Amino acid sequence: MGNKTTIPSATRLTKWLVSGPPLLFLLLLVAAPGMITVLASFRYPGEFGGLAPLVAADPQTLQGVTLETYRFFFSDFIYAEVFVKSLFMALATTLICLLMAYPLALLIAHSPKKSRNLMVLLVVLPFTSNFLIGIYAWMIILGPQSALSQMLNGMLHLFGIAPVHLLFSPFAVLVALVYAHLPFMVLPLYTNLEKHDPALLDAAQDLGANAWQRFWRVTFPLSQPGIFAGSALVFIPVLGMFAIPELLGGTGDMLVGNLIKEQFLGTRDWPFGSTLSILLTVAVLLIVWLAVRLGGRGGRYA
Amino acid sequence: MARLELKNVTRRFGDFVAVDDVSLTIESGEFFTLLGPSGCGKTTILRMIAGFDLPDAGQILLDGQDLVDIPAEKRPIHTVFQSYALFPHLTVADNVAFPLKMAHRSREEIRSMMQEALERVRLAGKADAYPHELSGGEKQRVALARGLVNRPRLLLLDESLAALDAKLREEMQVELINLQRDVGITFVFVTHAQVEALALSHRIAVMNLGRVEQVDEPSRLYGFPRNRFVADFIGNINMIAAQVVESVHGHLRLTAAGLGEIVAPTLNGVTSGDKGVYAIRPEQVRIGMHGELTELKNHFEGTVHSLLYQGDVSVYRVRLANGATIEALLPNSAPGRAELFEAGDAVKVGWRHDAGMFLR
Repeated sequence: MGNKTTIPSATRLTKWLVSGPPLLFLLLLVAAPGMITVLASFRYPGEFGGLAPLVAADPQTLQGVTLETYRFFFSDFIYAEVFVKSLFMALATTLICLLMAYPLALLIAHSPKKSRNLMVLLVVLPFTSNFLIGIYAWMIILGPQSALSQMLNGMLHLFGIAPVHLLFSPFAVLVALVYAHLPFMVLPLYTNLEKHDPALLDAAQDLGANAWQRFWRVTFPLSQPGIFAGSALVFIPVLGMFAIPELLGGTGDMLVGNLIKEQFLGTRDWPFGSTLSILLTVAVLLIVWLAVRLGGRGGRYA
Repeated sequence: MARLELKNVTRRFGDFVAVDDVSLTIESGEFFTLLGPSGCGKTTILRMIAGFDLPDAGQILLDGQDLVDIPAEKRPIHTVFQSYALFPHLTVADNVAFPLKMAHRSREEIRSMMQEALERVRLAGKADAYPHELSGGEKQRVALARGLVNRPRLLLLDESLAALDAKLREEMQVELINLQRDVGITFVFVTHAQVEALALSHRIAVMNLGRVEQVDEPSRLYGFPRNRFVADFIGNINMIAAQVVESVHGHLRLTAAGLGEIVAPTLNGVTSGDKGVYAIRPEQVRIGMHGELTELKNHFEGTVHSLLYQGDVSVYRVRLANGATIEALLPNSAPGRAELFEAGDAVKVGWRHDAGMFLR
C-alpha cells in the first residue's frame, strides 16, 4: 500500500518541480506587472511622476480611481493615429521580412545537409554583435555623407530631382526594423520547410505541376504554420519597438513604443503610459486572434 | 494504352553502373514487373521512365516517341509512390482532382472524373477526409485513384504495397489485378517481393546488378529459370554442384556432388564437361518410407535432419546417405502430427526426373 501512495505523490512533486519555476516566473514577471499596469491605468498621475495617492488628506490633490486616461486617449485622434501608423509599420516590416526570408529559408532547406547548419549560423550572426551598434552602423550607412546617400542623390540630380535625406525618415526606420527582425522570420520558416517530404514535390511534378504550381499548391500551403510563427515573431516585437524610431526616425516617425516610453520617462504620466501599454496589448491580442481565425487551417494537418 | 520500349538504356552514378545496357519492351495493356534485390537498378529505371532521371545512353520510347526531351510534368505517365506522397493539406477529393486541375480540365469534367475514380477504388464516402484520417489501405487506394484519374498512358507503381501489412497486401493485390484489367492501362510495377511479382504480373523482368537476367511469364520464370540467380531469387530451390557427363536424346547425364549420377532435361548449348548446379524445387521433392518411391527415376535413401512446421506446410531437411542435403516441402494434408516425419527417421526422397534442372 505504501508504494501505491508514494508513487502518485512523487509524480505530483515532479510535476510541481518541473512546472513550478516557469509558473513562478510568469506570475512574478508577467501576470503581476500586468495587473499593476492595469491598476495604474485607472489612477491619477503623481505630481512628480509615479501615481497620485488613492486617499489623500488634502481634498485639493488628485486622488482615487478614474477613467480619465482612457477618455483622454479617445478624445484626441493623434494617439490613435500613432497606433495605426505603428500597425502599418509593423505590417510593412513583417511583409518585407517575409518576402526576403522565404527565398532564403527555401535555399537553406534545399541545400545539402552539411552546409545547412553553417547557413543558419550566418543568419543568426548579427545577434552576436550588439543591437545598438547595428543601429549606429545604419546611421552611418544612411547618413548624408555616406556613399549610398551620395550616389543616390547624384543619380537623382541627373534627373533633376531634389536630394533626399535617407536618415531620420520612415524609410530608415523600416530598413532597420527589417534588419533587426529578419532572422526571426527566417528561422521558423526554415524549420518548417526543412520538414517537407521531398516526395510530395516529386508527386506534384509527376501529376503535371510545373515549378510554379509545385510552389503555390504544395510548398506554400504546407509552410503556413512557419509563415504564421515567423510573422508573429516579427510583428509583435516591432509594435513595441522604440529604440529604432528614436535613433533613425524623424520627429514625425514616433511609434507606440516611443509614445509609451515618453509617458514614463518624459512627461512622467504613468497612468497614461499604462493605458497605452494596455491598449497595445489588447490590439496585439486582437490581431493575433484575427490571424488565427483567418489562417487557422495551418495547424490542422501538421 | 501504350507500348514502352527501353533501348540499350544505361545510367551511371560516378563509377557505379546502376542500369547497364537494358533493353525491354512492355506491351500495351500489360502488367509488367521489374523485380530484383535493392540496388539492382529497378528504381532507377522507374525514375527514368517517370522523367525524374535521364539515361546516360540509350532511348526510352513511348509508342515510338522518345521521351528524353519531355519533362516529368508533361509525360502522360503517372506514379504511385512507395510512401503514397498524398498531399497532407488537401482532402481526398482534392488530392484526386490535383492532376485534373494541372491538366486544365473543365470544372464539370474534374468533378465527374474525380467521382468516378473514387468510386472505382470504393472511397466515394471518404472524399472530404484528409490523408492523416485514413488507414494505410485507404491511403494506398487514394494514391491509386490519383494516379489513374487523368488516364495516363502508363502507370508506374514503386514498391506500392510494401507499406501494408500481410493481410491487407493480399487484398490489395486482388484489387490491383482487377483495377488494371478494368482500366486497361499499362502498369509497370517495381518490387523486391517475388511473391507479389508472381501474383500480379503478366510478365516479370528479373534484374540483378543493373542488368536484366530474364524476362518471362511468372510460371515460366519459376519453372524454367535461366540461371542460378533467377532460380535462387524466385522461391526456394535446392542447388547441388554438378558437372555434365554427356548430352543424349534430350537428356543430360550429370554427376552431382553427393547424389552421384543423375538425369536432367536438356539445356541449349550445354556440352559435356560444363560445370554448374543441379537444381530441384523443394515442393517437387517427395518423402516416403523405406521401399517406397521406387517408381521415380531419382530416389535416394536418407535421414530426416530437421523439420520446420509452418502450419499449412512443413519443410524437411533430409541428409542423404551419400552426403547431400535436400530440402523438401510437404503439405500438411492430415490433421495434427499424424503423418509428419520426425527428425532422425530413416526415409526415402525422390522426384520426377524432369522436375530437376541443370543451371549454369
